Amino acid sequence: MEKRAIFSGKLLPYLLLAPQLVITLVFFYWPASQALWQSFLLEDAFGLQSEFVWFENYIHLFQQPDYYRAMMNTLVFSVAVTFLSLSLALLLAVQADKSIRGAGIYRTLLMWPYAVAPAVAGVLWLFMFQPSLGIVARAMRSLGIAWDPLLNGTHAMILVILAATWKQISYNFLFFLAGLQAIPRSVIEAAAIDGARPVRRFWTIIFPLLSPTAFFLLVVNVVYVFFDTFGIIDAVTGGGPSKATETLVYKVYIDGRLGGDLGGSAAQSVILMMIVIALTAVQFRYIERRVTY
Amino acid sequence: MASVTLENVKKVYPGGVEAVKGITLAIPDGSFTVLLGPSGCGKSTLLRMIAGLETVTDGVIRIGSRVVNNIEPSERDIAMVFQNYALYPHMTVWDNMAYGLKNRGTPKDEIVRRVTEAARLLELEPLLKRRPRELSGGQRQRVAMGRAIVREPQVFLFDEPLSNLDAKLRVQTRIEIRRLHNRLKATSIFVTHDQVEAMTLADLVVVMNQGRIEQVGAPLDVYRRPASRFVATFIGSPAMNMLRGRVVEPGRVELEGGSLAFDPAEFVIPSGSEVDVGVRPEDLVIASSDEAAGLSFTREFIEELGATRVVHGSSGSELLSFILASSAPLPSETTLRLTAPSSVVHLFDRSTGASLRRDGAGSA
Amino acid sequence: MVERRRFADILPHVILWVGIAILAFPVYVCFIGSTHEKSLIANGQMPLTPGDLFFETYYKTIFIGTSGTTREPVGQMLLNSFIMASVIACGKIAISIISSFAIVYFKFPLRMAAFWLIFMTLMLPVEVRIYPTYKIAADLNLLDSYAGLTVPLIASATATLFFRQFFQTIPDELIEASKLDGAGPIRFFWDTVLPLSRTNIAALFVILFIYGWNQYLWPLLITTRDNMQTIVIGIKKMIVTSDALTEWNVVMATAMLAMVPPVAVVILMQRWFVKGLVETEK
Repeated sequence: MEKRAIFSGKLLPYLLLAPQLVITLVFFYWPASQALWQSFLLEDAFGLQSEFVWFENYIHLFQQPDYYRAMMNTLVFSVAVTFLSLSLALLLAVQADKSIRGAGIYRTLLMWPYAVAPAVAGVLWLFMFQPSLGIVARAMRSLGIAWDPLLNGTHAMILVILAATWKQISYNFLFFLAGLQAIPRSVIEAAAIDGARPVRRFWTIIFPLLSPTAFFLLVVNVVYVFFDTFGIIDAVTGGGPSKATETLVYKVYIDGRLGGDLGGSAAQSVILMMIVIALTAVQFRYIERRVTY
Repeated sequence: MASVTLENVKKVYPGGVEAVKGITLAIPDGSFTVLLGPSGCGKSTLLRMIAGLETVTDGVIRIGSRVVNNIEPSERDIAMVFQNYALYPHMTVWDNMAYGLKNRGTPKDEIVRRVTEAARLLELEPLLKRRPRELSGGQRQRVAMGRAIVREPQVFLFDEPLSNLDAKLRVQTRIEIRRLHNRLKATSIFVTHDQVEAMTLADLVVVMNQGRIEQVGAPLDVYRRPASRFVATFIGSPAMNMLRGRVVEPGRVELEGGSLAFDPAEFVIPSGSEVDVGVRPEDLVIASSDEAAGLSFTREFIEELGATRVVHGSSGSELLSFILASSAPLPSETTLRLTAPSSVVHLFDRSTGASLRRDGAGSA
Repeated sequence: MVERRRFADILPHVILWVGIAILAFPVYVCFIGSTHEKSLIANGQMPLTPGDLFFETYYKTIFIGTSGTTREPVGQMLLNSFIMASVIACGKIAISIISSFAIVYFKFPLRMAAFWLIFMTLMLPVEVRIYPTYKIAADLNLLDSYAGLTVPLIASATATLFFRQFFQTIPDELIEASKLDGAGPIRFFWDTVLPLSRTNIAALFVILFIYGWNQYLWPLLITTRDNMQTIVIGIKKMIVTSDALTEWNVVMATAMLAMVPPVAVVILMQRWFVKGLVETEK
């Protein structure tokens, strides 16, 4: 991978790197280390004095039922969105791949939700499901379904899951379609000659060849649900009703903004950081493996 | 125009791989010199050191009288044609040729003159506005040549410039390159692993192996008087037969399948020495039945090449082949006796592989 | 695929069109909402066909804004979003292409350290360092400024890795030919690397423009003044808990306006978008 032909230059490479590194250090590493440091401090109510308290903030965090609730919410949210968006995207991609001439058109018609901001996606879904005026909520009510995401926590969760899934399908679809189109037709034709019927062909040939893409998307989707859905939650439910849709990321935001509990908020940030590092490590191992194959 | 001289030039890569192990060589002004050897022999590294693309670990490189070890490639007054041509994909043919001249601040009318001239010489005029991806392989190769020519350098360097062409085009381009050299008379150094290219193009062939020079000489000299077993088998196709033998008396060597005469004036070797005996397939002839000397030969199969045929077989346990003109009658027997004139029998030291020729052959 | 059966031929198209309809439905409803009277919507009487207030609603949205809540014309928000998205996209591309160039084409002490420093920022999204980052931005007087909206988001490991990967595919001989042609690193960058990177830059621009346009948490923190708001933040602030006050027709028009630029970029620059999306993830 190393270049054979390399320029010599003492100062130039540092100058070229400087803008990136300065921003990285000032806005990434310094705040991250601040968060780490603050997570070990306890500030008094006025922010005048602080005391080094080791892991007290963490211990305190794990004593809060709210924190476990946020974890549970995050888990439900991630599993639901990842499962729904992956399976629906796969279904659509497999159909689009069958259509040789139409694949391009279908791709155009299915990919655009990627460009919609999560917060805007949230607003769109809220507008349809708003209990008193939403067009879908009205239809549900006329069918006799009691529906109120503003008061019912489960309904609120369903709504954010729908909005988050809606936005994520197009991303997964694009990757699945690219993955499917990368499978040589000759392999599928060989399977057909070997007597495998279409359904069997899908599960024994296509799906295994697609599994690296699926695994990659799994990790990306979990990261998406953890972080990028902040806008959806803030726009649709604001974490409510009564914290029913408060995820780990949203809790960091709320606790820091409202409570002024800097130490606790910092401790939550540090835990999130470790989750991201773990997810990135998994992803990186995947990339490594893909390089060696 | 200038000569190029190398004094004990070495290249050691970080990590300790010794690619070039101390090479001393004088490349005469205006010559066409070919560095020939198998891949990994250090020929490309040597060329790249002359170009200034690799640092020199030790030794001195001169172009003309100037030591160039620490001079930037663009200041060395050389031009190079790369194996993959390395054309700038986003520039037109014209810009590809003019780029280097623009960079060194050549006056505009001079650039126009030189590029036009080179384009005419290489028949690139209709292609000047095209980009590399719109050209065929042969056309790209000519653009790469043009880019070198417009610089009017002291030395042309060629790094296997023909290996990306198909066989027919390669032969054609080879002839063009030689014609161009005869016209421009600039010192040219050409790297290749193809011995036919080397034989046809070179004034001077430098055969390299494992980072060292095996032999330097005119093409026919290298062919007729190989300095080592390596050179003997590397040059010539099909390769020279190499058989184990023992000198029984001055001028006679005994082999598994018989014996051959050699020139005792050329090879002065004590009787009883174990040697390797080399005979080119084209030098072997079918012995007349009354001849006592010669080798037994058992025929296995025949390769028809059109003008000639190569007869493959064995002599005792060793493989042997010889060439027969297609017009000559093919003997019906499967076992024959072959012989060769003493002047074409080469003897090599069994352990070092060096030629046992008395004058230390090859120092041309 | 290989078999020819009529039902199997039609079914995929049916599934795809149902999928397309479901994806498009929320946007359709949104558009309908933006063409009706706000009271009609608030009463839950909105029909499924467009109303006749298209021009009125969009004029009001762009030049006047909602009467009750933000009072800021959406035109200004659109401008802010446009500036933010463009500066972020161009800034990320500019600083990443030069840092990859340094990492790939030079050898210098701490080269790998610099690479890892950039790479590791992948693990530090804004969301995990919200308040300390906000505090630094505040200390640097970046609140309510375009610099504050953009500069902290301009570092990019993804873009750096993307360019690094592309540079590694540029053959070494091209640099060598440039060296022989008397080009130093800066000239090589301008004359060869930059022109060769054109399609990659376009691909990256599409992805990063959308990234910038859709930013939510950071602009939410860094802007307090209404005239610095981006459109994505603005929408959220138009929705008030008390339903009667929310002017849903304006909210929906704003949502349409917030969607149109990034969606248009994706569709019009589809080729680069797909390339950018697939290749930045490698």
